[in-house]
Amino acid sequence: MLNTLEIAGQVAARPSARSPLLSVEDLRVEFDTSRGLVRAVDGVSWNVYPGETMAIVGESGCGKSVSALAVMGLLAKPAGRVAGGRIMFGDRDLTKLSTSQLRELRGRDIAMVFQEPMTSLNPVLSIGTQLAEPLRIHLGMNAQEARERSIELLGLVGIADAARRLDQYPHQFSGGMRQRVMIAIALTCNPKLIIADEPTTALDVTIQAQVLELMKELSQKLGIALVIITHNLGIVARYADRLTVMYAGRVVEEGTAEQLFARPRHPYTLGLLRSVPRLDRPRAGLLETIDGLPPNLLAPPTGCRFAERCFLRAAVCEDDPPLFDLAEGQRSACHRHAKLEQALAARPAAPPLPEAAPSDGEAPLLSVRALRKDFHVPVGQGRQGLVRAVDDVSFDVPRGTTLGVVGESGCGKTTVGRMILRLTPQTSGEVLFEGTDIASASAEAMRKLRLRMQVVFQDPFSSLNPRMSIGDTLNEPQLVYRKVRNRREADENSAELLRRVGLVPEMASRYPHQLSGGQRQRVGIARALAMQPSFIVCDEPVSALDVSVQAQIMNLLTDLQNSLGMTFLFIAHDLAVVRHISQRIVVMYLGRVVETADCDDLYREPLHPYTQALLDAAPVPDPTIERRRAARVLKGEPPSPLNPPSGCTYHTRCPRATAECAGIVPPLREVRPGHFAACIKL
Amino acid sequence: MLRYIVKRVALMIPMLFTVALLTFFLLRVIPGDIVEVKLRADGGNVSQEVIERERVRLGLDKPLVVQFGDWMKGIVTFDYGTSMWTGQPISREIGIRLGLSMQVAVMAAIVAVLIAVPLGTVSALFRDSWIDYLVRIVTIAGLAVPSFWLGMLIILGLLSLFNWSPPVTYTPFFTDPVANLSQLIWPALAVGYRYAAVVARMLRSSVLEALQEDYIRTARAKGVFERLVIVRHTLPNALLPAITVIGLEFAFLMGGLVVTEQVFNLNGIGRLFVEAVTRNDFTLIQTLVMMIAVMFAVVNLIVDLLYGVLDPRVTNQ
Repeated sequence: MLNTLEIAGQVAARPSARSPLLSVEDLRVEFDTSRGLVRAVDGVSWNVYPGETMAIVGESGCGKSVSALAVMGLLAKPAGRVAGGRIMFGDRDLTKLSTSQLRELRGRDIAMVFQEPMTSLNPVLSIGTQLAEPLRIHLGMNAQEARERSIELLGLVGIADAARRLDQYPHQFSGGMRQRVMIAIALTCNPKLIIADEPTTALDVTIQAQVLELMKELSQKLGIALVIITHNLGIVARYADRLTVMYAGRVVEEGTAEQLFARPRHPYTLGLLRSVPRLDRPRAGLLETIDGLPPNLLAPPTGCRFAERCFLRAAVCEDDPPLFDLAEGQRSACHRHAKLEQALAARPAAPPLPEAAPSDGEAPLLSVRALRKDFHVPVGQGRQGLVRAVDDVSFDVPRGTTLGVVGESGCGKTTVGRMILRLTPQTSGEVLFEGTDIASASAEAMRKLRLRMQVVFQDPFSSLNPRMSIGDTLNEPQLVYRKVRNRREADENSAELLRRVGLVPEMASRYPHQLSGGQRQRVGIARALAMQPSFIVCDEPVSALDVSVQAQIMNLLTDLQNSLGMTFLFIAHDLAVVRHISQRIVVMYLGRVVETADCDDLYREPLHPYTQALLDAAPVPDPTIERRRAARVLKGEPPSPLNPPSGCTYHTRCPRATAECAGIVPPLREVRPGHFAACIKL
Repeated sequence: MLRYIVKRVALMIPMLFTVALLTFFLLRVIPGDIVEVKLRADGGNVSQEVIERERVRLGLDKPLVVQFGDWMKGIVTFDYGTSMWTGQPISREIGIRLGLSMQVAVMAAIVAVLIAVPLGTVSALFRDSWIDYLVRIVTIAGLAVPSFWLGMLIILGLLSLFNWSPPVTYTPFFTDPVANLSQLIWPALAVGYRYAAVVARMLRSSVLEALQEDYIRTARAKGVFERLVIVRHTLPNALLPAITVIGLEFAFLMGGLVVTEQVFNLNGIGRLFVEAVTRNDFTLIQTLVMMIAVMFAVVNLIVDLLYGVLDPRVTNQ
């Protein structure tokens, strides 16, 4: 007992014993915008110690990336500037350095990995040129030395055939491989610190696991400190030693990962943790949400910036909260941090979800039979290649339930959704909606069918017409399809729809750019509801949203299903999100269904090796679970759909594959009652 | 690569055929023909019989389909026939002027690129500074000022300063390069200014766009010198859209220098074109239109090939 306490004490004491490598002190960053001055970072302090991994967590617009860009001296000029505070790197204040001193430091002592691997490499320069640049500039290597070192670096980040790949261009690399190249670039000069800004947000879950394992392993091996900026609490739990949580330009809480996940002392941290659906817990009722939206930083509220959305709000919150020092280095900017646990215990538990159960014997609302889609894509020099985007997909969706379709990018899940809506014609197969074959429906019949089936798209920013007011967007389908007799009736309906999705009717006069992402997605849902459909295809409806808003939208969908008896096809890549909302799940890989089962069966006992790998790769926001489990990273990348492997398309990555698997296309068979998997090894 | 070029050239054939078809028949729809222009334009009283005889001589009496067929046959065998007005072979009429027009166009393109690339880049880099404003004023002026008017100013300036006026005869480059260049540099400048203005404005916006790209941020994060960030990382990307404009303008210059040629007293394709049109010289007009169409197609192909060289995504996708 005494031993454990001692060790705990030492661990907590460790940071203060050493001096920080980088220390951001009371940093203020301002941006001039057309609508006024925005203080994106307002008095933020954080430290990174040598060799540790520190995560900055927060939702979009909280200032986490801006504070990192300020460290690098890469704020967008001339709009952005450091307006106060210090950034100490060793004994140098980075805010005081000249541009040429900063340039010398960048890439040599501090390197950065960015979010978008697809756009962060220069498309017209070879990988070799881009890797060699820092070597030649900072280390003065000649072309030959730089090339040799570049080959070493590519090997280090796990890119095979490095010598040949150096002469290739970014478009010849997959997203995951490009992120590896970005990491190699960051490593070139053996920096002391790497700042990774959402390094895996754009990647698929199995690739995300590979990249994060690689970063962790390399930073430990080479003794590099790592700052990971992210909104994903799951990846933080496994990879970060310490956390800094930011909200609306300020730090609200900091501490070790264990402390923050086990006992958050700020209501915002708590809200973040509780609003994500979790794979390690039983499916609970509605998700807990953080109500409302983050404040507008053009005119930030006085006092605690979170107060408006906080369930612990009290009179004292009118005052600016300092960062209170709590036990063992944990700090929280909440006046009422001591009351948090008590208040939480007093809160009623979320009511359990009324489970939508398909009534036996009733015909399914939607049946998909042997659906196939071939795309002819140009493969250069005027030749065409065949991509079988969807191959032999069959499933039923019973009335009033949700079918989740899950898989990584390129697995064909979106194409399935589009074929069901006849937005993309199928190559073969049947889509039966209430017994009618969609493919053979006449234009007139299809018009009628479209009233019954609607869609909610992924990107709420580009799926609403920017030149139409919200009211017009909602009125249009009602008027076109003569659901209403005149504009006044349409207006009334639209107001009701807005209320239905949790918005105020006054929103009707606004335009999409005046709304936040979550509000736009609500409008997208309202637009789908305007036709009073019985079936909605939701194509990644929450993946572009922040976690707190994501929970609000998921709850809205759940509520609509329960109150209106709606049927959903829910397409997503996030396993926890799909699990939360679906009764039955279809897992797809490279155009084929590899497993389908009832939700609880599938997550309790995944049968197909790919489903198992997906679940293994999905991070869980709990440091003790995450650190206990070994890295079971799925090897390799999904093969090109232009040239898919023979037999089972998964055999190239499957740990259980044998020679047999390359020969047979495994049929989907019922391994357990109601639980189908396409694997010959079962 | 060769395969690609062959395919592109093959695709030109239906396009050029359509141009030929349209040009041929549209010309015939216009009332009047060369014989009337030739024999009756001055109000002279020429008998119908003489006119008919002349029509027969020029082949204008044959059915249109036959005339079109004859022309097509000629094009395929590189025999473009004779001008209906001068009676000279068309290949000769164009040949003596093509070199001059081509040279002016090439020189104007060089002038334009030399001016536009630095101007457009600097303007983008110092966005909203006095340099940018100056460049924007200069380029807007370039678009607004007609080239022939600028040409007249140049001639007046040269005349008053150096007592130099454009020579009456054209000296080919290989006969006397100095005399040739001193004659053609002025029209090239007059035309090149407008050309440069178009390209510079295009480049300014594409540089601004490229500077916003994530890979520029990556380059800076690597500690690349700012100069290299511009020259190596920004410009190759920003030049891509500008090249399209450079190509299209170039093709236009081949036949579009009508007034400028007049001002500088140059006997080029533009002037030939105008003369052919006023005289209803069907055979010459048709062939000139075809030549310019070929020119546009070829320049477009070259632009696309250049894209392939500059942008690896195009070649090996």
